[in-house]
Formats: sequence, structure tokens, C-alpha cells
Amino acid sequence: MAGSIPASPTAERSGSAQPGGSGQPAPRRAAGGSPWAEAWRRFRRHKMALFSLVLLGLMVAAVVFGPLVWRHSIEEIDFTARLAGPSLAHPLGTDDLGRDILARVLYGGRISLAVGLAAMLMAIVVGVLIGAIAGISRGAVDTALMWLTDLFLSLPQLPLLLILIYLFRDSLKGMFGVELGTFVLIVAVIGGFRWMPVARLVRAQFFSLREKEFVEAARALGATVPRQVMRHILPNSLGPVIVAGTIDVAAAIIAESTLSFLGLGFPPDIPTWGRILFDAKDYLDIAPHWALFPGLAIFLTVLTINFVGDGLRDALDPRKVM
Amino acid sequence: MGSYVLRRLLIAVPSLLGISVVLFTVLALAPGDPFEELALNPNVPAEVRDQLRKSFGLDDPVWQRYFRWLAAMLQGNWGYSFISRVDVDTLILQRVPVTLAIIGASQVLALAIALPVGILSAARPYSWFDRIASTLAFVGFSLPTFFTGLLLILLFSITLDWLPFVYRADISATGWQWWWEHIRQAIMPVAVLGLFQGASWMRYVRSAMLDVIRLDYVTTARSKGLAERVILLKHVVRNALIPVVTLVALQLPAVFGGAIVTEQIFRIPGIGSLLIDAILRNDTPVVMAVTFVFSCLVIVFNLIADLLYGWLDPRITYR
Repeated sequence: MAGSIPASPTAERSGSAQPGGSGQPAPRRAAGGSPWAEAWRRFRRHKMALFSLVLLGLMVAAVVFGPLVWRHSIEEIDFTARLAGPSLAHPLGTDDLGRDILARVLYGGRISLAVGLAAMLMAIVVGVLIGAIAGISRGAVDTALMWLTDLFLSLPQLPLLLILIYLFRDSLKGMFGVELGTFVLIVAVIGGFRWMPVARLVRAQFFSLREKEFVEAARALGATVPRQVMRHILPNSLGPVIVAGTIDVAAAIIAESTLSFLGLGFPPDIPTWGRILFDAKDYLDIAPHWALFPGLAIFLTVLTINFVGDGLRDALDPRKVM
Repeated sequence: MGSYVLRRLLIAVPSLLGISVVLFTVLALAPGDPFEELALNPNVPAEVRDQLRKSFGLDDPVWQRYFRWLAAMLQGNWGYSFISRVDVDTLILQRVPVTLAIIGASQVLALAIALPVGILSAARPYSWFDRIASTLAFVGFSLPTFFTGLLLILLFSITLDWLPFVYRADISATGWQWWWEHIRQAIMPVAVLGLFQGASWMRYVRSAMLDVIRLDYVTTARSKGLAERVILLKHVVRNALIPVVTLVALQLPAVFGGAIVTEQIFRIPGIGSLLIDAILRNDTPVVMAVTFVFSCLVIVFNLIADLLYGWLDPRITYR
């Protein structure tokens, strides 16, 4: 099935045909190169992914270190500069209370990225766990877990996200405090709805790897099932999982922004990107810059993550995947 | 065929039940009590409150409450909106047509973009057309719907003043004028949803086409001397569409999610905005019912996808 055409159109056409369906991250090593060096070599060939990686790195650095350099408070109210457009004092302009949008976008970026990463981690952990259990134990357990996966896949996610947040917001706020409570809830809910593709991927990988000779050899040498899984099967099935995880970060950032945009995410005093957009949308006619910059931040982050994921797919996942 | 549809319907029932269990569990686990306000009201004695709780069956075990709720739902007794003071089912029936119209139109638009562009891209992989189309597709599905919505409003409503950005259900015009007004106000929401879906579907179509185009039977068709056009449209597309249909069906929950966002941006009176309003105003019966309707819609469309699947791939037998 897999031809010499890599999954992504933006990648340069690779010289050698990639062996399809072998399931191993780096089937043919260059002499002396580790699998990771080989993967990096393949990743570099995807020009858009490389460029996106640099841009994403710059944005992450700006969000992490920016507030240390750009020392404007996100709460500093200045009524003389209400809804002002971009200027030297406020490079991205100000909002309806005269607060500096650059400072707010930088602060919001920390939260959006943290939510994205944490939700991705949760989705990966749950997905790998369920996929691995289903993949290693055939029969009833597998059937039941896959039924559960399919059920979750057919749930309408956004309505349920909204409901869960609506129902559990107050009690979690009481437990962890406003910021951490909302963070935990949003991460748990977004992660809880994104594990299914990972579980399916891992299960499919397990099904094919389980029958491979090297696993059989391990089994013949008396390796226990946990050892077979941890040492032999799981490490070899991680390539597609890493790819799925990267794209999950983007999806989680969009999900968080959507919740905040609908007014059901973080509370108003925490400016995540979606929340800034939500506040800005009623001033679109007089202060378009207010909505444009956080929107662009979301767009660029998601776009670069998606491109990096695409490059990783070429690098780590020799199979043809969507 | 008929028995297949019946069997497929029977398979859908457990899924619906599963979803209803999930929904009900979420509500049962949720903190808070419908009689919380009464508890805070000093004029209501504790005995009256307990009496009320008992008469509504709130102290029964969870599973009894679930079955009672399920029975009521099945009988069409969906409850009563706390806010609008109307039966939930009438409220939802008023709103569903708008949502379905917008979603349907946007899916047609998405397919109208994704199919031709994906097929052309796959016909000449790595050509300039393919590169540009694929990059645009990446841009398309990386743009969140709420941001595209705001951008379109900024461009077409505020700067150019061509299109209205608030959706009105009560347009007084009649005849052609009425249609024209409705189409005009639907352009932006449909475009937002359609472009987003079209972008991701284009990649599915392209990828599925590339999978099929390298198969031996396509080479056979070429060596028979068939025109490239015939090979693509009659031999490749039909087989390539099979995985695409599955993926499209799997994406439907996301489509409904996007519809909620667009309805909120453009103030479309559909069930999505009904859901948001109900959540913001703690209108639990409406929230429950709308989520359940969304689940049903997802399952119905999955069913349609399965039937299409059988039509596209005669190797799947209806037995």
C-alpha cells in the first residue's frame, strides 16, 4: 500500500522508497546513525516543518521569557489610552480598560501552551494505556475497550465539554482555587476527549508488533508479558503516538480557546487567547487590533504545531497515515 | 438492504443507550442540587423540602432515577425549560431546522471544495497546484472557526458593509426577497464552517486518492489506453471515497462543535446557541435535551455514512 510518496505533500520527495508497514521508527539505519539521527535527517527534509519548528520555538521563548522583558502588568489600567491602536508604548495596542495587549497576549500564551501540553500528556497516557491493554489482551477485554473507544468517538464533544465545565466548575474551584481548579478541569476534560485516536493507533501497532519475530524471540526467551510490552512492543509503537501527540497539542489549544471564547473557560481576570478574543469581539468595529493579535497568536501556534507534526510524521512514521 | 438497515439501526440503539448513561452519570455525579435555592430560602421549612425531594424521586437510587428519566425521554416528555417557560421539545423543534440547514449547506460547500481540489492534487502530486492547495489546506484547518468568523465579520460586515453579521429569523420580506435575505445572512456562517471542514477533507481525499492511484488495477486501466479523466473519475475516485466516507463520519462530532461556535458568533437561533444560553443560565433540562439531540444527530449521520459505505463498496454485502 505505501508507495514512495510520503504522507505530506509539502515535504520534498524522498529518494528512497520507504518500506511500508514495518512498524519500526527507523527501519534502515544509515551507517553509524542512531534512529533519532535518521529521524532528524528525514525531518529536516520537510522545509515547512523546519521553518515552523523555528517559529514555534521563537513563540514559546517569547511566551516564556517575554513577560520578564516586557514589564507591563496585565492588570495595569490606563483610561487615557483606551482602545488605542498599536503604538510604541503599546506595540499591540490596548483594550477597553487601557490594558496592554502585548502583555496580556504573552501571559495568555503561557496558559494556552500549558493547557495544550498538559491535555496532550493526559490524552497520550490514557490512550496508550487503553490501547496497550486492548492490544495485548485479545477477546472480551479488547472488545469492551474498543466499544468504549467507539462510544467516546461518537459523543458530541463540545456540548459535553461545555456541560462538564458548567457542572463541575464550582466544586473544583473550591478544591484547588480559581486558577488551578479551572486549569485542572479544562485539562482533564479536553484530555478525556482526545485519547481515542491514540488508543486505536496503539492497539493497531500492538496487533502487528505482537506477531513480529523479535517479540516472539523475547517470548521464547521467557520474557513476561509486562517485559515484552515495556521493553519490546511499546518503544516500537511510539512513533505514530508522538505524531498524534503533537497534533493533539494543537487541537487542545483550539479546544481551550473555543471554551474561553464561548465564555466558559478561564475566568475573566485570566487572559487566555480565547478569552481576549471573547472580550474583543464586541469592539470589532472600533478596535480590530484587539481581536486580531490574539487570534493571530492562536492561528500561528496551531499552524506551526501542525506543520511540525507533519514533519514528524515523515520522520517517525514510515507507514502511510492520514 | 432493508434488513441491513434494520440491523444497523439495532446496533445504533446500544450506542444511544451508552450515551444516555454517560449523560445521566455526568449529571448525577455533578455537585449541586435543583433544590439548592429552596434550601437557602428561610421561608421554606425543611419538611416541605424533603417532601418535594421525595415527590420528585430525588432520594431514589441512581439506577431507578436513570430508568425513570429514560422512560420519560422515550415518551417524548423532555421536561420544561426553567427560563423560557416552554416545553423543551417545542423549543428544540423550533431551533433544529436552522442548525441543520446551516450545517448541511456548509458540508455541501466543504465537499464541493474538498473533492475537486483533493482529486486534482492527487492527480499531479508535488505539482505547484498540489503544493499551494496543500499549504492552504493546512492554513484552513489551523484557523479556528471563531477567528475566521471574526475575520469575515471584520472584512465583509464592518469594512465592506456587504453582509449582515447578525442572523435574523424574523425577516418580514416575502417571496424572492425573503430567500435573498436568508441566503445573504447565511453566507458567512456557511463559509466559516465549510472552509474549515473542506480544508481537512481535502487532505483526506488527496491521501486516499494517492493510496488507490498506485494500485495495479489502475495501471491496468492505463495500459488499456483509457483516458486519464476516465481512470481518475470512474476507477480511482470511487475506491478512494470509501475511507473518506468513514473519516467524514468520524469528524461529525467536530462539525457540530464548530456549528455551536458559529451559531454563537453570528447569533444564529439554532440549537447550538440554545445550548450556550441554557448553560449560562443554568437551564438544566434544556442542556440535557440539547446534548442528547446532538448525540442522536451524530449517530444518525454515522448510520447514513455506513449506508453510503455499502453503496460505494459493493464488496460489503447487506446481509
